[in-house]
Order: sequence, then structure tokens, then C-alpha cells
Amino acid sequence: MGGMHGFGPVVRERDEPVFHAEWERRMFAIALAVMGRRCFNADELRRTIERMPPQQYLAASYYERWLYALENLLIEKGVVARPEIDVVMAALRAGAASTTAQVRAPREPSSDVRSDVRGNEHGETDSAALSEALGGGARSLRYDQSYHPRFKAADRVIARNLNPEGHTRLPRYARGHHGIIHRDWGVFVFPDTHACGAGTKPQHCYAVEFDGRELWGGDHPAGERVYIDLWEDYLEASSADAEPRSGAPRKHSANSGAKARTTKRSRKPAAKKIAPAPHDA
Amino acid sequence: MSAHDHDRRDDHDHNAPASGPALRVKAIETLLIEKGLVDPNALDALIDTYEHKVGPRNGARVVARAWVDPAFKARLLEDAAVAIEEVGLTAGPQGEHLTALENTPTAHNMVVCTLCSCYPWPVLGLPPVWYKSAAYRSRAVSDPRGVLHEFGLDLPAGVELRVWDSSAELRYMVLPMRPPGTEHLSEDELAALVTRDSMIGTAVVTYPAQARTVK
Repeated sequence: MGGMHGFGPVVRERDEPVFHAEWERRMFAIALAVMGRRCFNADELRRTIERMPPQQYLAASYYERWLYALENLLIEKGVVARPEIDVVMAALRAGAASTTAQVRAPREPSSDVRSDVRGNEHGETDSAALSEALGGGARSLRYDQSYHPRFKAADRVIARNLNPEGHTRLPRYARGHHGIIHRDWGVFVFPDTHACGAGTKPQHCYAVEFDGRELWGGDHPAGERVYIDLWEDYLEASSADAEPRSGAPRKHSANSGAKARTTKRSRKPAAKKIAPAPHDA
Repeated sequence: MSAHDHDRRDDHDHNAPASGPALRVKAIETLLIEKGLVDPNALDALIDTYEHKVGPRNGARVVARAWVDPAFKARLLEDAAVAIEEVGLTAGPQGEHLTALENTPTAHNMVVCTLCSCYPWPVLGLPPVWYKSAAYRSRAVSDPRGVLHEFGLDLPAGVELRVWDSSAELRYMVLPMRPPGTEHLSEDELAALVTRDSMIGTAVVTYPAQARTVK
């Protein structure tokens, strides 16, 4: 929602608790635990949150969005069935909460459950259980394999004007704008495909520096930069003689200060071995 | 507060959650436990960890160490996910690719996630509601100085403002500047000055400390 208007001042809560309700605690832990068991990944969680109807999304709290995504993903992945949830909810409402064995749905849905999300043996110690719940600890989405980067620090780029229907991590406010590669973070799973089961499509992800005036217009105060982490598929090279975005002043565009450079660079194919760059850095 | 108490009471097993999210969560938890997909002990351990063990006091220790140990600071800026192990932390979930951003007299850093609410859990814990709010997520990139003003922070003229939108797997913490007049303080005393907001970049560290924003 970067750059959207109308949300007013940032309201802070004094002495804010970590959780505001018991169900937030439980839901948070359940979501982490099932992600640890690879029932779904974080990109899928984000994609599902983004599929909430916009009015509902804006009206919901953070953990209500998580709950929406958790429930829908568990159903989508065949881990639980919606009728099962309805039956248990009805039973709980009727006060039968402690007799879970009796609220089993008539249908036996477990054949749908992917084998890799099953098989937890109980009885671990708390810390072992915690580690187990988190899937054995931190999970990186960075790849160690080397992929040749299309860009390097100080390269001028344009955030492509992509408008996919599904999940993307290319913020709308960056699309079509000129920036400069600040740093190459290495190779990461590509969220647009990872979110919908279309593969990991590993590629370089870069911190891209945008001048505030490039993003928000010439009237914007000077001295602001926004750094956005963008995958290679979101970017294209911007040569010195590339067409500027209509109406955007180009000469001073994204780089007004310290790192001035002369750039003359033509677009390069992604997979080709790149020759020594023809520009300074 | 009454809503809080209400939910807490609701969750006791013998009192069925009345409605809404509490009931739905209870139903999902019941089913997942029944299917052997989640372990109630593990859920309790997760809650305890994120409610009581992970929080901004962790990040404050990292900052204080960086202030007193230039070699550690260099390692922190090189790879924060590795360096924080030196103060006994581990780069768990949402910290696998932790990066520290150093504030200087000429550059101030500020962190946001405009797309959702990405946040460096291992050093700051779970994010406050304002960080997840539409107001912060929308304006931190387009009106960062206005947001900082609301937090009581007006940067001196000439200080460049760098806003980091956590749009990928990188997680950012700000390394605030050490306030003047603190040369005599111990590392622990320095850590006590460091607020959560100063590590998000919506505040600076002051001495003597101002009203605390970190619990």
C-alpha cells in the first residue's frame, strides 16, 4: 500500500501487548507450526492474504488476515475440509469443546493430506517440540548455487510495469520508475511462482535505490531515498539513452548526488555470460 | 481490555468460545491436533518464545555491543544474521537474512514493509500494531518525514532519509547512533537506553532516556 492516501496519522498504542487476544496467540503458533511442517510456505500465506476482497482486507486486523489465509490454505491443501471446521465449530458452540473425539467429521479426509506434512510423534520436550514446530529452525529461501547476475551495483535499472493477477513482491509505487542497483543480495526463490506452486525459479534479488522525487514527483522534498528489494524478473536495464517514462525528467532522475556516473549500457540477455561492463561504477 | 479478558476466558476449554475468530481458531486447532499435525506442547512453546523471550531487548543488546566494540560493529554491518550469535541470539524465522543499517550524522534509516508487515523477529520480536497499520505502510515511503514528525522526530536539515521497504527476504534493523554523554555507561546500561522504535528508525536514542517505548 506504499503511497496510498487517506489512512491518516500513525496511531500508536501505549504499553502494547504482544498479542491482544488469546486466539491471536493460538493462531500465530498454529500458523508457524504448520508452516514448519511445510503444509504451505510463507509466499502462499501472503498470496492468500492478498486474495481477500479489498474491503474485507482493509477492515481486518493483521491476525484476522492470517486466520483467513490459514483456514483457506489448510482447506486448499486438503489438510482439513471446510465441513469439518463447520462441524467442530458447531460442536464448540454447543459446549462440547473437550470431547474432540466426538466431533469428528463423518468424512475421513486424511487421505488428502500430503505425506510430508504428517507423522509427528508426540512427547518431545518443549524445546525439541519448538524446534520441530519450526521445521528444524530457520529456513532460508536463499540459494547457494551460483546464477549469473544480470546486474551489479551501480547499474541503472527500471522497475518493470508488471501487473500480475497473482502474488508479486514488486510494489505498485515502484513500477515504471528508474533506480540504481545498490547491492546484490544473492539468489532467492522467486515469490511470484513460489506462491502458486509454479516452482522456485531462483534468481538474484537486489536492493534497488530510488530517489524520492523519481517516485513521488518533482515537488517531493529532496534528500529522500527509498530502497526496495527486487528480484531480477522485476527489473530491466536502463541505458542512458533509454526512453524515459513519459513526463518524468530523466537527466537527473534517480541519482542526483554522490554516486554520479556516466552510464552507457545496452540491454543484455539474462543467461548470457556478461562481458566486463562498459561503464564505470 | 474487556475484549482481551473476554477472549482469554473464552479460550478455556470448558467454556466454548462464543463466536468469531476465537471459535474458528479453536476449531482449527482441535482438528490439527486430532490429525497429529500440531503438537499442543509445541504451540505453547512457540507462544512463550514470541511473547516472552524474543523482543526488542534482544536488539538492544546487539546495538549496545556494536557501540562498545568496533570490531563487532564491523561484523554486524557485514552480516548481521551471523554477528548476532555473538550476543547469544540466533537468526531464527524472519531473521535468516538480517541486515543492520547504520545511522550516521548525515543519513538516517527507517524500515517499513509496504506489502505486508515483514519485521526482524529475532532482534525485535513481533511487530507492534502501528507498524502493521495501513497508515504506516502507506506513508512511510511517500511521507516519511511526516511520519517521523508524528513520532516526535524531526531530522536536522541535510540529513538524508533512507527508507527501506522490506519487500523480499531481507530483514532490517537500524543501528542507531550512540547518544553523546554516554561514555561512562556500561554495555548493559547502554542497552537499557535503546528503544524498539530507534531500531525501526522512527526514533533516535537519547540520554537521559526519554519516555520508554520498549516494555
